[in-house]
Amino acid sequence: MWFTVEDDLTYLVGSRCADCGAYFFPPVAGGCRNPRCDGQDLQETRLSRRGTVWSYTNACYPPPAPFVAAEPYVPVTLAAVALAEEGLVVLGQVKDLTVDDLEVGMELELTSGPLADGPLVWMWGAAS
Amino acid sequence: MSVVVLGAGMHPWGKQGRPFQEYGLAAARAALKDAGLTWPDVQYVVGADTIRNGYPGLVSAATFSQAMGWTGARIASCYAACASGAQAIDIARARILAGLCDVALVVGADAAPKGFFTPVGGENDPDHLRFRLLGATNPAYFALYARRRMAMYGDTPDDFAAVKVKNSRAGALNPYARYRAEVTAEQVAASPMVADPLRLLDICATSDGGAALVLASRRYAGSRGAVEIAAVSTVTPTYPNTVLELPNFATDSTAAVPPPENPFRTDIARAAYEEAGLGPEDLSLAEVYDLSTALELDWYEDIGLCARGEAAKLVRSGETALGGRLPVNPSGGLASFGEAIPAQAIAQVCELTAQLRGTAGPRQVEKARVGLAANQGLFGHGSAVIATSRR
Ligand SMILES: [Zn+2]
Repeated sequence: MWFTVEDDLTYLVGSRCADCGAYFFPPVAGGCRNPRCDGQDLQETRLSRRGTVWSYTNACYPPPAPFVAAEPYVPVTLAAVALAEEGLVVLGQVKDLTVDDLEVGMELELTSGPLADGPLVWMWGAAS
Repeated sequence: MSVVVLGAGMHPWGKQGRPFQEYGLAAARAALKDAGLTWPDVQYVVGADTIRNGYPGLVSAATFSQAMGWTGARIASCYAACASGAQAIDIARARILAGLCDVALVVGADAAPKGFFTPVGGENDPDHLRFRLLGATNPAYFALYARRRMAMYGDTPDDFAAVKVKNSRAGALNPYARYRAEVTAEQVAASPMVADPLRLLDICATSDGGAALVLASRRYAGSRGAVEIAAVSTVTPTYPNTVLELPNFATDSTAAVPPPENPFRTDIARAAYEEAGLGPEDLSLAEVYDLSTALELDWYEDIGLCARGEAAKLVRSGETALGGRLPVNPSGGLASFGEAIPAQAIAQVCELTAQLRGTAGPRQVEKARVGLAANQGLFGHGSAVIATSRR
């Protein structure tokens, strides 16, 4: 479970080390990955819902399987978004925006949307 | 302590549709001939594996040895994604330096599928899931890095195209390259957008190919072998790695530990320089892993050819072109070869060998003495090789 939706708000779910405070996304098990930390207590935690664009791109051609492309194909937009508090950059599809709408440094907010074959996935969207 | 390159051999890159073994055998036989040795002289064989060619690809040293005829030689097979070839060189070199053998053959070959690389693993590994959930292909990651350069340093798509133009001119002179036509900036700009801002001609293709090296101890080589391997760097990133590495969904967190002084690719080169006791100022040429045109510019900064943000200016100056002060990718690079994963890092060292011997023909870099080959083995498998000339 990498994200959750509650009251129409989408949250990424990661891990936080109770000892050193490092965050991880996707969630990790088996001990903290900070090499100088012996922490074993990795707590499930919701990540910030807003961040700034680190970089972005799109897929002009349908990505290969196991991705299921919509027909007719609409280019998938991707953004890597920096979360200030967690010190993470998290990749996601972008909902309802194209590369022409995006800029490095602009604020985006987490939302979610369906893949072409149904399952819901986290997505970055315009900040409300 | 150096290991000697006694022989180098390659099979031309392309999409010939033959089994990968054939490319590897052709390269191995060429390397042995170049070394003046015969197959039974080889004491140790290291194969760089391919994961898209079934079981024979996963035990490649045995596959090559069986095809050449069993001699009872010792073998090892290894896989490290794009760094597989360098890893194979490192394993052979370590065994020679340890005194456990005197002469080793290193071989890598691939037969690549058409189109995007697709995942080969289980359904729960990140390589599968990045395709399934995000449609994030390899070029998508290269494009994120390219866009980041544009935002941070003001690089333009024309700067990226200048890399392709430069590398295509070198590749046109290389009989082993797959793409032998010179490409203009206009052609790059007119090629279809694949992953904004990267166009088809900014992104390296996937290719078939094979490359091999014969490595030996100085004691075995005697007065032969003008080229020596002075360093092999196989370092991992330092936590927290703040670059979004393929195939990951996120970077490490900087909440508990501040980012390291150097990013991963810089560390790869730094470790090689330290081991060789050399620095960027000593280089005559470099082969870097231009998976995209923009990534070649990242490498300029990572291997210390210029300050951060200055790479576009450097390529525009012509200093990194053939005939320039410090040619980068005089082989034509991945732009001219396409990537034959396990063979590619070995092919980089074949180019260093030709340049340092002074046998690179029309691509010859004048007075070449020191060459660096750098490679981004993804998933945190970095690699760099420094070769020097005794001339
Ligand atoms: Zn910790």
